[in-house]
Amino acid sequence: MAENPDNKRRDFLQLSTITLGAVGSAAFIWPFLKSMNPAEDTLALGTTEVDISSIEEGQSITVKWRGKPVFIRKRTETEIEEAKAVNILDLKDPEQDVDRVKKEEWLVLVGVCTHLGCVPLGQKLTDTKGEYNGWYCPCHGSHYDTSGRIRKGPAPENLPVPPYSFLNDTTIKIG
Amino acid sequence: MSGNPEPRKYKNSLLNWIEFRLPIISYFEKEYGDYPMPKNCNYLWSFGALATITLMVLIISGIFLAMNYTPHTDMAFDSVERIMRDVNFGWLLRYIHSNGAAFFFIIVYIHILRGMYYGSYKYPRELNWILGVFIYLLMMVTAFMGYVLPWGQMSYWGATVITNLFSAIPFIGEGLKTWLLGDYTVGNATLNRFFALHYVLPFVILGVVGLHVAAVHVHGSNNPAGIDIKSKNDTVRFFPYMVMKDTLATCVFGVIISAVIFFGPNLMAEVDNYIPADPLVTPAHIVPNWYLAPFYAILRAIPDKLGGVLLMFGSIAILFVLPWLDRSKVRSCNFRPIYKWFVMLFFVNFFILGYVGMLPAEGLYLLIARIGLVYYFGFFLIITPFIHKIEIPKSLPLGISDLYLGGGKESPTPTGQKEII
Repeated sequence: MAENPDNKRRDFLQLSTITLGAVGSAAFIWPFLKSMNPAEDTLALGTTEVDISSIEEGQSITVKWRGKPVFIRKRTETEIEEAKAVNILDLKDPEQDVDRVKKEEWLVLVGVCTHLGCVPLGQKLTDTKGEYNGWYCPCHGSHYDTSGRIRKGPAPENLPVPPYSFLNDTTIKIG
Repeated sequence: MSGNPEPRKYKNSLLNWIEFRLPIISYFEKEYGDYPMPKNCNYLWSFGALATITLMVLIISGIFLAMNYTPHTDMAFDSVERIMRDVNFGWLLRYIHSNGAAFFFIIVYIHILRGMYYGSYKYPRELNWILGVFIYLLMMVTAFMGYVLPWGQMSYWGATVITNLFSAIPFIGEGLKTWLLGDYTVGNATLNRFFALHYVLPFVILGVVGLHVAAVHVHGSNNPAGIDIKSKNDTVRFFPYMVMKDTLATCVFGVIISAVIFFGPNLMAEVDNYIPADPLVTPAHIVPNWYLAPFYAILRAIPDKLGGVLLMFGSIAILFVLPWLDRSKVRSCNFRPIYKWFVMLFFVNFFILGYVGMLPAEGLYLLIARIGLVYYFGFFLIITPFIHKIEIPKSLPLGISDLYLGGGKESPTPTGQKEII
């Protein structure tokens, strides 16, 4: 068939219409997908203040932050020593203990196993604390040490440290 | 005006009136009246009909449950207890729905295993198989979301563990998880959307079931001999023969499921789900529903998070390509003396995986799960593609009606085999 100048014009119109349609459909889908992300009021529940004056050495408390349990533990001297003595090259997720705390005796962790999200045991005195004397996740057998670092089991990462600050000696603000 | 007179196909004038405008009467006549079924089909061919009926029962009982259910974290558990105690026949609706879901999986597993044993997935029914696996996948998603709705401990922690699987995906995992949950943890946003999806997905399943049935009706049903229909003598009409046979199967099934609903409604339930959800306390053992347990066993058999998740999804994805993994031209395992035993071992292995999937992942159970995992993938990737190189299939009968001529014996001549291979 001979080259018809109308064909070029038609091709251009077809291509631009299809492109516009595709971009338009994608733009239309976006608000629906975005609506499934956390809503503003969910995001607003971002901070929690905790009074830590009543926690004795060797005790832990669990508070709720963004729907998740946060462990606050006043560590004993031996626990701090254990955490510091570890050669970080032996760790699956290498981190120094000093990088995980603001004050040596206070350990603040998100108490959610980094494997599949269970809450590890070890908060109560009667709980099993695992082979490294920290926390033990009963779901799939992950062991955490006294700095909340993963030492054994399927979890890939250390228990995360949430953003927090000391408002004064007896109050922590999480978030 | 058009001079086209309305054709008089039926005696009833109303039927003619409808047929002229929407040829639905002749469609049903063709697909569910005249439709030729191979006459050697056994009762395993009733499980497709059973599955469809069970799906309808689940949809209907679910709609009535939804009339009394509240999808809010503060009220969900209590609203389910209210259904159990105060709503008229609420206990019956709920037990029909929960046990119906379990039996839906039992029926579908038998239906899938029948397809695997008799080679129903092979040419020309590959797309039919793919649609079936897609239905199975939708069923698992729907059942998982339904299990979250009562908002008990197993609901909450099951949802937590399963949605955390997505966080194993590198880079986008955490964001994807938050997007799925609508929150940083399983919460009210999650419960709301799971309820909405649990309500709508069964209708999607119903639509895919329609395609699945339409696809099998194109080339006709497979049969225990796995050979094609050659003449009218090989078949019987769907009505009345298959309708009666499926009705009898439904009656027997009704007796069995009623016995469970009335005498052991919690046989397949986890007691921990009668404890309200507590985000701060994880139960000692998170147990999936038994019908998802084989995949949970595969997940836990791998001591690496991403590896376990990939193998678990892989174990489902591999089902889609089964028609291309199997290189043998013989459909039915009745004529495959070696593969037959591997298929049966696959069934047993799947059952064992499910069993250890519900027990703690340690010691002997973990070892069994790992052996089961190796066989699961070995079956699909080594045995199925290569067994035909050493297996000599038995000679196939010439036609379905020949099965009945020699007192049920197979054709003595090897001609049938030549024709197929």
